[in-house]
Amino acid sequence: MSRMDLLVRRAMFEGREVDVIVNEGRIVEIRDCSAEIDLEEFEQVEDAYGLQLMASMTDVHVHLREPGFEYKEDIRSGLGAAAWGGFGNVLCMANTSPVNDSASVTEAMQEKANIYWPEGPRLFPIGALTKGLKGDELAPVAELRDAGCVAVSNDGVPVKNTDLFRKAMDYAANFGMTVIDHCEDPYMAVGVGVNEGEVSDRLGLAGQPDVAEALQVSRDVLLAEYLDIPIHLAHVSCEKAVEIIRQAKARGVKVTAETCPHYLLLTDEWLAEPENEYSAMGKVNPPLRTERDRQAMIAALNDGTIDFLATDHAPHGMHEKEVEMDVAPCGISGLDTALAATWALVQDGTLSREAFDRAWVTGPAQTFGLPVNRFQPGDTADFFLFDPEEEWVVGPGTMHSKGKNTPLAGTTLKGRVKTHFLAGKKIV
Amino acid sequence: MQWLHKDLLDVSQLSRSEVMSLFETARHFQEINERPVKKVPTLRGRSVVLFFAEPSTRTKTSFDVAGKRLSADTFSLAKSSSSLTKGETLKDTALTLQAMAPDAIVIRHWCSGAARFMADLLDCSIINAGDGRHAHPTQALLDGFTLYQEWGDLSGKTVLILGDVTHSRVARSNVILLNKMGARVRICAPRTLLPRTVKSWRAEVFHDLDEAVRDVDAVMCLRLQLERQKQGLLPDLREYASTYGLSARHLEKASRDVRVLHPGPMNRGVEIASDLADADCSLVLDQVANGVSMRMALLFQYMTRKGGEE
Ligand SMILES: [Zn+2]
Repeated sequence: MSRMDLLVRRAMFEGREVDVIVNEGRIVEIRDCSAEIDLEEFEQVEDAYGLQLMASMTDVHVHLREPGFEYKEDIRSGLGAAAWGGFGNVLCMANTSPVNDSASVTEAMQEKANIYWPEGPRLFPIGALTKGLKGDELAPVAELRDAGCVAVSNDGVPVKNTDLFRKAMDYAANFGMTVIDHCEDPYMAVGVGVNEGEVSDRLGLAGQPDVAEALQVSRDVLLAEYLDIPIHLAHVSCEKAVEIIRQAKARGVKVTAETCPHYLLLTDEWLAEPENEYSAMGKVNPPLRTERDRQAMIAALNDGTIDFLATDHAPHGMHEKEVEMDVAPCGISGLDTALAATWALVQDGTLSREAFDRAWVTGPAQTFGLPVNRFQPGDTADFFLFDPEEEWVVGPGTMHSKGKNTPLAGTTLKGRVKTHFLAGKKIV
Repeated sequence: MQWLHKDLLDVSQLSRSEVMSLFETARHFQEINERPVKKVPTLRGRSVVLFFAEPSTRTKTSFDVAGKRLSADTFSLAKSSSSLTKGETLKDTALTLQAMAPDAIVIRHWCSGAARFMADLLDCSIINAGDGRHAHPTQALLDGFTLYQEWGDLSGKTVLILGDVTHSRVARSNVILLNKMGARVRICAPRTLLPRTVKSWRAEVFHDLDEAVRDVDAVMCLRLQLERQKQGLLPDLREYASTYGLSARHLEKASRDVRVLHPGPMNRGVEIASDLADADCSLVLDQVANGVSMRMALLFQYMTRKGGEE
């Protein structure tokens, strides 16, 4: 009898100790740990004693910065951060330079991924919705799909012209490509990176109102309903938007939505704390909102109004963030910290375990038609071993991304990925 | 008074008694400004950098005069002569300035938080001469000092701040200072020129100037940036002047001894009627004179402080 590829021994899974048997990239069996297993039957044996067995996660919203801004991040470093962050599938946004609005850019991205990370994390590019993200001509969606793009988006530069946006949705739907929208009324959202409210008024910063986001969410939901086309709303951050999505879902509109870990963890008060006052590490778009919004995001993720989480991983050079608030770029580097930071929310009862699994595993994979591991026989063997007890301090020495820009810098998180398998192959 | 603060970022950092001590020190220096030889050796051998990334002749000159009257060496770094235009970051500019070992840096910058940014980075004292729309503590202190000289005590007095509050660092700092000194504060402006959450400020908010001026003891006019009209915040200057421009007619409703202040430079006929700017009740020129005394007091306190962190 031929040997099986992999045995993972004594992993913690759903409160018990299990052995996992993998063959030809797929889960064969998960069974209670037995002493009399014959290790000779396996090509490779991984001891997972004390470690948690968890399904690989999917992040549908990352900025990998290559081509064009490799000093912030490149595909090699970004996928490294993903691998160590627990992510097996990564969707990268099109706001590179050149913009990913042609097959040649998409293919170049995939080529880099295959060179540096041939076994994964798997890279799925998102194509531009309009040429050059300029918002005035449709991008070649069919070409982008054929080159391997899995969705289209104008993320970072919302389309101002609603009529063109409607046509873009219609056109993309021809080719089965979902539009991901960054929701922000571009005329109203002039002050970027800080919520308009008591904190911005006190600090004298031009704020971005939550209604600027909610207005665009309403527009998108109405268009999706009118055209009967699915739409996915990126990084939703406020209660008003959640309410609109909740009502739309109740009417049967094909809308899905994500939020990001930082909207579950922080509020605009972070920017006003004495030690962080005016720190551009907390400048992100959409901005950190109020406690009321934070609570609404948690509730919406728990009840499924928000379908899942994404990091909106936005790495920047430190020299770009160590400047005045008004001139700093928006964004938080998120791949390294997402897992431990949201796992802590499960541990303290803020998020249900079901919501966590949906947030990072089943939700994004279902929405974008990606493989998902539910630990059923035959599922692709995408999983990692996680030490839930290991404490680490967020900082340059512990992050794999080139982007060290995070408001969590200096804080202690609990839980580290020790090994990560994709299709049964160890990637880190 | 033993001065422990390293920096002056906003008036919120100062206690009421520290403000009073600054008023007393300013009063002392005011006397120097009336002498034939307006110079004392107090800060001889010390140096102040005047770093004005946003141009302001008035405030810069005021600090320059204040420094020179105390015999400090003052150096100017304006936006055009610094490397800012060549893309140098504020961090690099700050470190460059520090390398020249000044005792204090006076900073004016168009970004809110820029003074705080410098203060975190550098060991010398940072004096905020206006950062974005955030704070203008030296203006608030000189305004407070001006009223203190008029009244002796600010408590129980009502002061109206009139005009573009949203974009005004003068208003933000004055609301804090006036409250600290026991005054009641009113704010009046069209809704487009008020911060959305102004209701949570320690001030009574009005949109009607006739109501707002009733029984006030002083009106502080704010300068209107004329381009606000293009941003859709006002229809035009004519309408603004007729609805929110302060004129003698309004002051009939105010307290009999009402005083009028303006941080300058004034748009005569826009936020303030021209004759009012020159009237007896106007303290505009006192503000300018007191500005020098107050800045002398500040330079003295910050540049002679004895080590220690705040
Ligand atoms: Zn975005």
